[in-house]
Amino acid sequence: MSSNTVFEPKIIAFVCNWCTYAGADLTGTSRLKYATNVKIVRFPCTGRIDFLLLLKSFAQGADGVIVSGCHPNDCHYTSGNFHARRRWIAFRAILDLMGVDIRRIQYSWVSAAEGSKWADLVNNTVSEIRALGPYTEYQQVADYLEKGGYNGEA
Amino acid sequence: MSKIGVFICHCGENISATVDVERVSKEIGGMEGVAHAIDYKYMCSDPGQTFIKEAVKKYDLDGVVVGACSPRMHEPTFRRACAESGLNPYLCEMANLREHCSWVHEKSEETTDKAIDLVKMLVEKVKKNKPLDSIKVPVTKRALVIGGGIAGIQASLDIANTGHQVILIEKDPSIGGHMSQLSETFPTLDCSQCILTPRMVEVAQHPNIKLYTYAELESLEGFIGNFTAKIRLKAKSVNYSTCTGCGACIQKCPVKKIPSEFNAGLGTRTAIYVPFPQAVPNKPVIDRVNCNYYKRGACKICEKTCQVGSIEWDKEDEIITEQVGAVVLATGFDVKGADFFPEYGYGKFKDVLTGLQFERLASASGPTFGEIRRPSDGAIPKKIVFIACAGSRDPAKGIPYCSKICCMYTAKHAMLYQHKVHDGESTVFYMDIRAGGKNYEEFVRRAIEEDTVNYIRGRVARVYEKNGKLIVKGVDTLLGGEQVEIEADMVVLATAGVANCGSEQLAQKLHVSYDPYHFFAEAHPKLKPVETNTAGIFLAGACQAPKDIPETVGMASGAAVKVAALFSNDQLVREPVVAVVNRLAPPLYSTCVGCFMCETACPYNAIEHEEIKGRDGSLIRTIARVNQGLCQGCGTCVAFCRSKSIDIQGYTNEQVYAEVMSLLND
Repeated sequence: MSSNTVFEPKIIAFVCNWCTYAGADLTGTSRLKYATNVKIVRFPCTGRIDFLLLLKSFAQGADGVIVSGCHPNDCHYTSGNFHARRRWIAFRAILDLMGVDIRRIQYSWVSAAEGSKWADLVNNTVSEIRALGPYTEYQQVADYLEKGGYNGEA
Repeated sequence: MSKIGVFICHCGENISATVDVERVSKEIGGMEGVAHAIDYKYMCSDPGQTFIKEAVKKYDLDGVVVGACSPRMHEPTFRRACAESGLNPYLCEMANLREHCSWVHEKSEETTDKAIDLVKMLVEKVKKNKPLDSIKVPVTKRALVIGGGIAGIQASLDIANTGHQVILIEKDPSIGGHMSQLSETFPTLDCSQCILTPRMVEVAQHPNIKLYTYAELESLEGFIGNFTAKIRLKAKSVNYSTCTGCGACIQKCPVKKIPSEFNAGLGTRTAIYVPFPQAVPNKPVIDRVNCNYYKRGACKICEKTCQVGSIEWDKEDEIITEQVGAVVLATGFDVKGADFFPEYGYGKFKDVLTGLQFERLASASGPTFGEIRRPSDGAIPKKIVFIACAGSRDPAKGIPYCSKICCMYTAKHAMLYQHKVHDGESTVFYMDIRAGGKNYEEFVRRAIEEDTVNYIRGRVARVYEKNGKLIVKGVDTLLGGEQVEIEADMVVLATAGVANCGSEQLAQKLHVSYDPYHFFAEAHPKLKPVETNTAGIFLAGACQAPKDIPETVGMASGAAVKVAALFSNDQLVREPVVAVVNRLAPPLYSTCVGCFMCETACPYNAIEHEEIKGRDGSLIRTIARVNQGLCQGCGTCVAFCRSKSIDIQGYTNEQVYAEVMSLLND
């Protein structure tokens, strides 16, 4: 399926243990197929996700990031997903201001019963990121800073 | 350097059919820090687990990664295997090669590459894992039950019968709750008091139950297994240790016109009173708001009447402290009064009653001794109208939910009326008949078919008075929306069941969550219906949502089993996935700056203030500390912490960053 001409993006998914991780398990038990580009990092709750991890991912060469947890009101810990949502709204504005392409971050709710939604989410994100191409801008900024651009020397 | 053992499972063919497991184990075997990597057909089988156990000893492994199915499936299995071989179980992690890889991708190079990445991630994570010990919390094997209705009674008896101590508190002078007010119960029409009062007596006589009536919870501190409850014993003004319950004081009390709460305002009581004849305890209290002595400083007739000198005028509220390990909330519900309904006369019409008032009219112990008589003139109503869904299922009234019991008790009321007034005519206006339950539908059919109750599907727009009659104007939607007007002698509203007043304040005292209607929230709508989000606090009965007696009793027994299970061990053992605030040597003590952002984030009130004091006892700093009994391990505090001083065991920043870095560093 793969060829050298098709860009295969690297995507990391930060998901909660109770809803989306279990939903992705259901995708497996339902034998629904999706792209291999996404790798899951398991968290107890989306409320746990430190959004600096998103920046770290981009700095390390990720082309896209998925954040997904329980639907509002379904949080295993009552309110972790609300905190994550609030943080995401604020963080998104800051990222946008900083010039980070927020189309590369997909924020979603996938419940433990939504195996097919997880497959769709992965496939859609992969094709969207593929259309955007490799995310080199963030890396360029990082390189630029490393060369001393921050001090106005470059 | 780490010595990690990696075990790749074929899962029969489930993994090996699409993933080249040999390539996975070979490539992982070449990773830095991996001492041993193999693949095997079934890792979870006995021989598979033996491979792990032997490898732990042979290679002196300090970490294990099993690439197999979902950790939600077999993580406990492999952690147990590690523990049996002497490796701390929390140094074992699983890579999900089945649900997240082999089952969702076709056989290809990419699939195997992804499998390798997934295992690598966990290898990098496990390098950062620290040995953890499960958390042990001591358990005080004594329960507090709040509310002495049927829910609290059942929960108390069930817990007490397992051999554990129970403290039951009830805010009213007697236990019994709403069930003691009911005349008959659906769907069998057996007398409510006949089945309830033996249980009330059993509570009072049970050696394991300590009953405090006329008492309310003042505060609750602590956490699961270790609560400290402060209970306010309201002044009864009567010494129960000497009072014989003869009732002479009640007969002589000159203040006789106080509306009786037990009779839902239809009867009267005295200022010194026992709420009802079968009350437990059957001893009076003085209602200080209405008593002549407390109001005007003179009277004391009861004191003169009392042969044993039990009246205590100067008695004050007393606060007692009890140590308990679990709490059952059974505070029940309330019903909306007729005054809630402008369209039905704001409660101004004496013959417009609530369902609870009709119960008292129909009850043999009620104000009319079981005869259905109009409160206005004492006449027997010949035409009666029951209005179901008064308030319930009405978003405009702020009560969008179904109160669940009204369909059944309205059918029961109509039946009781027909049984007592043979020439009477009863009509029920309803929206839908919801008679889900064993023998419930049959019961409603019996009301319609055998007792000829006239059921009209439609709503009542207005009730007004005209010439001593109540004119009920409604609509019959099954007759194409035809207007219906009935001249009734009495109207009974099946008013909505609502949360008990004060439930919001109580919930805040206990740190349990509640819904928009102030009913207490269960931990999970399906799988944890009796638990709350606060560990060690359980729910029973209608304080969670309106429900009928069988359901309430079932829920109370469920809560009791949860309490008994908690009390079955001397110590509570929990997974160590909890947050921890770092501690360092003086003079730093911790990187925590004491901003307590974590406190605002925590849904479980697990953040405590820890004061660091010098040798002279002076306060140096206040930092956060996590109560491991309360923490559930969501980690929301970790993301909130600005100084990165709080971290969650099992998902530390170090671990998750290592995972992310491993994915991208190639």
